[in-house]
Amino acid sequence: MAVGCEGSDGGQPMFKISEKQVLAPGTMLFVVHAPMIASKVQPGQFIVLRICEEGERIPLTVADFDREAGTLTLIFQEVGKTTRLLGTLEAGEEILDLVGPLGKPTHIERLNLVACVGGGIGVAPVYPITREFKAKGCRVVSIIGSRSKDLLILEKEMTAVSDEIYVTTDDGSYGKKAFVTQELERLIQEGYNFEFAIGIGPVPMMRSFAKVTSKYGIPGKVSLNPIMVDGTGMCGVCRVSVGGKTRFACVDGPEFDAAEVDFDLLCARQLTYCDEEKESLAAFERGKCGGCSK
Amino acid sequence: MSDQQPKPRPRAARESMPRQDPEVRRHNFDEVALGYSEEQAVREAGRCLKCKKKPCVGGCPVEIEIPAFIHEIAEHNFDGAVAKLREKNSLPAVCGRVCPQEDQCEKVCVLGVKAEPVAIGRLERFAADHEMKSGKMAFPAPPAPTGKQVAVVGSGPAGLTLAGDLAKMGHAVTVFEALHKMGGVLVYGIPEFRLPKGIVQREVDYIEKLGAKMVPNFVVGKTRTVDELMREGFDAVFIGTGAGLPYFMNIPGENLNGVYSANEFLTRSNLMKAYLFPRYDTPIKIGKHVGVVGGGNVAMDSVRTGMRLGAEEVYCVYRRSKAEMPARQEEIENALEEGMILKELTSPVKIIGNDKGWVKEIECIRMDLGEPDASGRRRPVPIDGSEFRIEVDVVVMAIGQGPNPLVPTTTEGLSTTKWGNIIADEATGETSLPGVFAGGDIVTGAATVILAMGAGRKAARAIDAYLKKA
Repeated sequence: MAVGCEGSDGGQPMFKISEKQVLAPGTMLFVVHAPMIASKVQPGQFIVLRICEEGERIPLTVADFDREAGTLTLIFQEVGKTTRLLGTLEAGEEILDLVGPLGKPTHIERLNLVACVGGGIGVAPVYPITREFKAKGCRVVSIIGSRSKDLLILEKEMTAVSDEIYVTTDDGSYGKKAFVTQELERLIQEGYNFEFAIGIGPVPMMRSFAKVTSKYGIPGKVSLNPIMVDGTGMCGVCRVSVGGKTRFACVDGPEFDAAEVDFDLLCARQLTYCDEEKESLAAFERGKCGGCSK
Repeated sequence: MSDQQPKPRPRAARESMPRQDPEVRRHNFDEVALGYSEEQAVREAGRCLKCKKKPCVGGCPVEIEIPAFIHEIAEHNFDGAVAKLREKNSLPAVCGRVCPQEDQCEKVCVLGVKAEPVAIGRLERFAADHEMKSGKMAFPAPPAPTGKQVAVVGSGPAGLTLAGDLAKMGHAVTVFEALHKMGGVLVYGIPEFRLPKGIVQREVDYIEKLGAKMVPNFVVGKTRTVDELMREGFDAVFIGTGAGLPYFMNIPGENLNGVYSANEFLTRSNLMKAYLFPRYDTPIKIGKHVGVVGGGNVAMDSVRTGMRLGAEEVYCVYRRSKAEMPARQEEIENALEEGMILKELTSPVKIIGNDKGWVKEIECIRMDLGEPDASGRRRPVPIDGSEFRIEVDVVVMAIGQGPNPLVPTTTEGLSTTKWGNIIADEATGETSLPGVFAGGDIVTGAATVILAMGAGRKAARAIDAYLKKA
């Protein structure tokens, strides 16, 4: 029986990294062997991983998957201790724990015109969603952007699955000097009649995406990234307010109607462990990685 | 033989449990109760009347031959006591620590009529700890494999008990756990100072050595659904996913930073070892003044965890009075000894934050006890105009947990109650789906470890019968 062939207990195979790429400064791509998850995952879903015995559990959205090869593609930015440590792993090494696919998949149906908007690292989760809309026969317009040229990721991949693509940078070092949401608004004003839009990126970008889509009455979804622990609805740390109701992003989301999201609360809650995260990172930079053997 | 048996000494006083001093223990996560010495255990075992009726056995949800194992201890045959326990209980070291014996076996002990009942739980713990210290693990002779495969969803007390029982019957059992460690609530919920995690691991190891396969990092409902497990070759599935959905009060301010569900607070501390931050990566807010809302065992665990993390003051805010608190008496006393400030007849109405979105106060209202409600306990009624505030920087909501919907909502045809609990036959665990059984908190709502184990035991028998028919 194939079921149960993964996992870290009982000498079973762990989650081996088969490929590692540096996509941009501080942005990594891993291809990880996880056949049980790869066989089930759909665009919009995420996984939770833990690197070592002393490690914390962090959620990462799935940027791609290969059901036949049994692999997941994970793209992450090195921002804190855990992602920095993750970035030190090399192809051939293993991730101790990896669980998923978690959260609800993106609702993808055949529509006439769809906008897929990704900012910064958010382009990674937007990619499989874009590909799936395209595969469903939608006309897909993508808008991707980053702070500057060197931080832009997946341009080639996104181009391949989009009917039209627009690229922006905050500093104008590549593509158009603009925010992705400004570009979205320009297209809408030019007469693009989007039936649906998805926007994933940093909170300020998603907040602005919510404003633009609701201003023009376009059904828009954002994918939220609050702090999580178990990722199965058990702890409730990922609670977000959507339309005035408390929801758990891990099981009710991660995607919600953009116009309904309380971004102030999301921002505040993301900063809960700001001090502790700094302390952890500082210790890591001093070469002290807790009690961890990595 | 019989003339060599020690005489019962029922008149002797019940042996007290050595414990860490409250002043010391409120600053550490080491186990509070230290366990009987051999002399104490033998003396306590000598109190058993060896009565014919043995009501204690009927009081035990997993039907341990209590007088038999106690007799072995009285005879200094500790290995024999372990063997007797293991016949019926796959988790003796756990039960000896966290079972509410005062409501079960000890409640019906004949000695309890005139004196204090035999300390059955403490003796069970003594025997289980003896097994651990001896380093020996005795296993029954391996059964003939039946060729049948059973999937167990959730590795808490219900699932582990069932897995042990079915493995002993020769079925191929696979236990799926969503988290990275096996043990469910025994690992994420119950704190180290009440149930050391090394002990849980050892019990899990025992069941694994009986032949059950342990698979962490596998979310049934997501990684595979129950239907898919059946299609991929399992002949039966047992759902024991517990009470994994935190309840909040739906009062203003609950989403402020510093407000935790008890599940989150305890998971960070127990499973993720946040009390060892920064050696462990998972952080937890160390509150100076912690307010825990609720009066059950989970609330007591949260209070005592808050203290050990370093709080100066920990309040227990409970809407009824101390007499109605659902927590075990022993745990309430432990918490009070350690300095818990009990705010009884008090209910939060809102949580107030500072300008940075962090909790700073709870506004509460005083309560009066009115007529008994459906639970038979007197209903708390708010006293108008009695609002007052408690200064806190961490709040833990420990007002109960519901059934986690992941499995019920992804299993077509599985009947649930309006609260989301799976409907299952009390005697067999049978659900509305053939071959699918359920037991423990997912069926009953949040209850105790031993009741979940009892449900696992019954379901194991029913699954065995089902597989023999199939």
